[in-house]
Amino acid sequence: MDVSTLTVCQAADGLRKKAFSSVELTRAVLAEIEKRDSGLNAYLSVDAEGALRQAAAADGARAAGRDGTLLGVPVAIKDLINVEGQPCTCASKQLVGYVSPYDATVSARLRKEGAVFAGRTNMDEFAMGSSTEGSAFKVTRNPHDLTRVPGGSSGGSAAAVAGGEAVAALGTDTGGSIRQPASFCGCVGLKPSYGRVSRYGVTAYASSLDQVGPITKNVEDAAVLLQALAGCDPRDGTTQNVPVPDYRAALRGGLKGLRIGLPREYSIDGADPEVTACVRRAVAGCAAAGAEIVEVSLPHTEYAIAVYYIIATAEASANLARFDGVRYGHRTAHPASVFDLYAKSRAEGLGTEVKRRIILGTYVLSSGYYDAYYGRAQKVRTLVRQDFVKAFGSCDVLLTPVVPTPAYRIGETCDDPLKMYLGDIFTVPANLAGLCGLSVPCGKTASGLPVGLQILGPAFGEGAILRAAYAYEQEVRS
Amino acid sequence: MSHTIDVAYVAELARLELTPEEEHTFQQQLETIVKYVEKIGELDVAGIEPTLHGQALVNVFREDVVVTSMDREGFLANAPERNGSEFKLPKIVEDA
Amino acid sequence: MSRYLITIGLETHVQLKTKTKMFCGCSLAFGAEPNTNVCPVCLGYPGALPVMNREAVKLTVMSGLMLGCEISRSSTFDRKNYFYPDMSKDYQISQQARPLCLGGGVTLSLPQGPKRIRINHIHLEEDAAKINHYARFSGVDFNRCGTPLMEIVSEPDMASPEEAMAYLQALRQILVYAGVSDCNLEEGNLRCDVNISVRPEGQETLGTRAEIKNMNTFKGISAALDYEIARQLATVARGGVIVQETRRWDPDLGETQSMRTKENAHDYRYFPEPDLVPVALGDELVEAWRALLPELPSARRERMMAEYGIPEYDAGVLADAKENADFFEAAARLCGPGQGKTVSNWFMTEIMRLLSETGKTVTQCALTPEALAELVTLVDRRAINGPTAKELLPELFREGGMPGALVQARGLGQVSDATALEAFVEQAINDNAKSVEDYRAGKKAAAGFLVGQVMKLSKGKADPQQVGKLVAEKLAKLA
Repeated sequence: MDVSTLTVCQAADGLRKKAFSSVELTRAVLAEIEKRDSGLNAYLSVDAEGALRQAAAADGARAAGRDGTLLGVPVAIKDLINVEGQPCTCASKQLVGYVSPYDATVSARLRKEGAVFAGRTNMDEFAMGSSTEGSAFKVTRNPHDLTRVPGGSSGGSAAAVAGGEAVAALGTDTGGSIRQPASFCGCVGLKPSYGRVSRYGVTAYASSLDQVGPITKNVEDAAVLLQALAGCDPRDGTTQNVPVPDYRAALRGGLKGLRIGLPREYSIDGADPEVTACVRRAVAGCAAAGAEIVEVSLPHTEYAIAVYYIIATAEASANLARFDGVRYGHRTAHPASVFDLYAKSRAEGLGTEVKRRIILGTYVLSSGYYDAYYGRAQKVRTLVRQDFVKAFGSCDVLLTPVVPTPAYRIGETCDDPLKMYLGDIFTVPANLAGLCGLSVPCGKTASGLPVGLQILGPAFGEGAILRAAYAYEQEVRS
Repeated sequence: MSHTIDVAYVAELARLELTPEEEHTFQQQLETIVKYVEKIGELDVAGIEPTLHGQALVNVFREDVVVTSMDREGFLANAPERNGSEFKLPKIVEDA
Repeated sequence: MSRYLITIGLETHVQLKTKTKMFCGCSLAFGAEPNTNVCPVCLGYPGALPVMNREAVKLTVMSGLMLGCEISRSSTFDRKNYFYPDMSKDYQISQQARPLCLGGGVTLSLPQGPKRIRINHIHLEEDAAKINHYARFSGVDFNRCGTPLMEIVSEPDMASPEEAMAYLQALRQILVYAGVSDCNLEEGNLRCDVNISVRPEGQETLGTRAEIKNMNTFKGISAALDYEIARQLATVARGGVIVQETRRWDPDLGETQSMRTKENAHDYRYFPEPDLVPVALGDELVEAWRALLPELPSARRERMMAEYGIPEYDAGVLADAKENADFFEAAARLCGPGQGKTVSNWFMTEIMRLLSETGKTVTQCALTPEALAELVTLVDRRAINGPTAKELLPELFREGGMPGALVQARGLGQVSDATALEAFVEQAINDNAKSVEDYRAGKKAAAGFLVGQVMKLSKGKADPQQVGKLVAEKLAKLA
């Protein structure tokens, strides 16, 4: 068994056929982590004993007659999703020593399926970043080029999957944090529609934008994981009571007759020509396979980054206030007053990017500035949303690049935050509009860096994007 | 709309103690970023409703039924300092 | 010296009588061990999310209806951002932009006539945790954190401490009647922030106001108001300036003190709560909740006066506490017509005395409306005499049961048989020659003494009225 290329469906198959047990499979994954992770730095912590205990339990359940695609399959978890009894550092010094007293809903669902928690992956601190360099602990490397970033903020999950250290992983996406690292690392990453998957137990960055989603080796695996995660949750008042379809069945629609929209604003000057070429090739391939290509316009695209960095940081500034050293997390050693306790604990525990975004978010909400920034941004957000509603009137899915460039070198964007922010141009609109979107690998640059193809769908239209992605993966790319 | 951001004041609101270097760096970086995001001022948003939530939902409630609380040890174990079964803090002057 | 006018506004925080917290299913049972009614949500754990308690919304809307407010058809929640150790998220989920109830008011019955105190709005929010202060450190108990809190904000319509106290009492009574809160100050169900300013008569604009926060006893509120008004008037009289600030009431020193801390300059940075979707209340639902409302205290007073023929004073005393009015009506309905005043008298004198002595409420004691009704009926039918009935009441109050059974078992029936009574009267007169002499000498009170003696002889069971008549007759014959 070559665990490094094994997919979830192959693992399920192997377990069913008794080619191997879950314990053997889990041991193999742990061995890969042992072997590779000092080079990749994808994982922050691994509870080998706990994982093997879960694997043994899964084997026992299977022997007793239980079945399920995720039963006994190891899944890596981004380190901001609470799993009872495990750490949840959010890649921050602020949460060293914190032990989750509860399961996030997504963790509970995976547990119910009998999945094995393979380990906790690295990320940008509190999900703020696009390269995973924002982690307080280690720099994750892109498996295709160890001098380059894996993307972020779910860089650890993407590197683990692409680097052969995980069968599949969970990430979160607020402005592209699943799709962009999937693109940089050459794997599949899916951001569900807002309200499709519960956020309960997932450390919040931006409450109206965050979603949890799968990072996998192929499209079918993403469908399998999404199936397990999706659904209304009484503990998350923003999840919707929309029925969960059979996502695996939705895969097999084919490209023929599918209307694919190409937003003209997504061909930008300054995009890497190799990225553009890969995407164009993919589009041509889809057309050849029978898809109908339609040009659409999303006129407010150029404002999306501005809107995102106002709304996300504003919400984050409030969401991160709870990290104050009172009830959990880091507390400064000798506070002279309560004010001191807060200001010093947070100064010591939080990283630079996090501080920067908290200050920006606090500023845009502060007295006198609300209307000009937050208030106005929410209105422009409506315009962004309306653009998509209109576009989906004439197409089923949209096809775009994920990122204007392939993975950049470690250290390249450190001094210029705005430059880093501008890289999110193709991914943030989907979060603002609450749409679903995924990244599927569509080629490599001459130097071997992966390029991802983004497929966007309307809210609760995961079936359509999975169908398009699967057909592309099976019919066109190969 | 351009103006100087009072980083020290905002940091105080956010309870973040900054070093002078941080204050200086943030000052410059934030002014660059704020100048960029001000481009939303170009648009005419008259009559546009703000998007306040991720999806258009209303009336999501829970019923008034007790859910048995978890064992408090799990929570108290994470407390930076505890006084028996309370979260311990330095002495506070009784404020608002 | 120019006259000064006083302006007072009150913000009343009321803990709602739900079983669980505002945004999570933790129990609100009073007196629990510290930090036992907590969960990731009310502890502000990473990843926790609020979900709205429907009952809290309903109770707030019902309060608004009782107070004559307009119910917002679309209401939203906001984050109020500030740092304090009793705040588990370092923001409070509250309502600023679109609260649940708007307008409304309370009409006070003051000695000088009725006065309407308007309400600005009512909104819903979550309560903070409790900080316990020890010698060298403080400790936080999050059991209370997340309790549904209804905040009733008045307009600055009150012109004196008396009006403010009357407003609070009226508000409290209405809320207890509506069943939305126990309004028990000892348990912290009701707290007040008080805003006071003074201005010279003739000046339109209000003076600078000071705020006194977190008052939680009626005595304290009254004393703080008196003190602060005196302080402001004295300041102004000597040419000083009132500073807009938050002050703290020190009950031991009997004064308000300025709270000069950084916390005062609050920029709350309100923004809409992204985790809670709006509350859209349709007409049907609001009307369904309106149908659940009980009578307002004033309406109840009117109706009881009409239905039971009791005077305004009685109605006022009885209706002051809803359970007393309930008890009175239940008993009165079981008695014959025209007994309303009698039942009322029993309640206002004997029963209220027992309630006061034992510290119980009428629902806590063992006396039932049926027992009281039976007692009244027994006296009315002259089956027992008044004094006997009065003696039985405390036992019924303590132990329960029905008076008829006790009368039977102990042979307490009133003695009305003329022969028996005459025999007692004879004996009393024979045994008390001196009293007879006194009576003949003009001391009419001696007759009463003789009646008393007859009562003693009959072991208290004689019909006092009949005895009185017989004694008078006998004495007249002897004259």
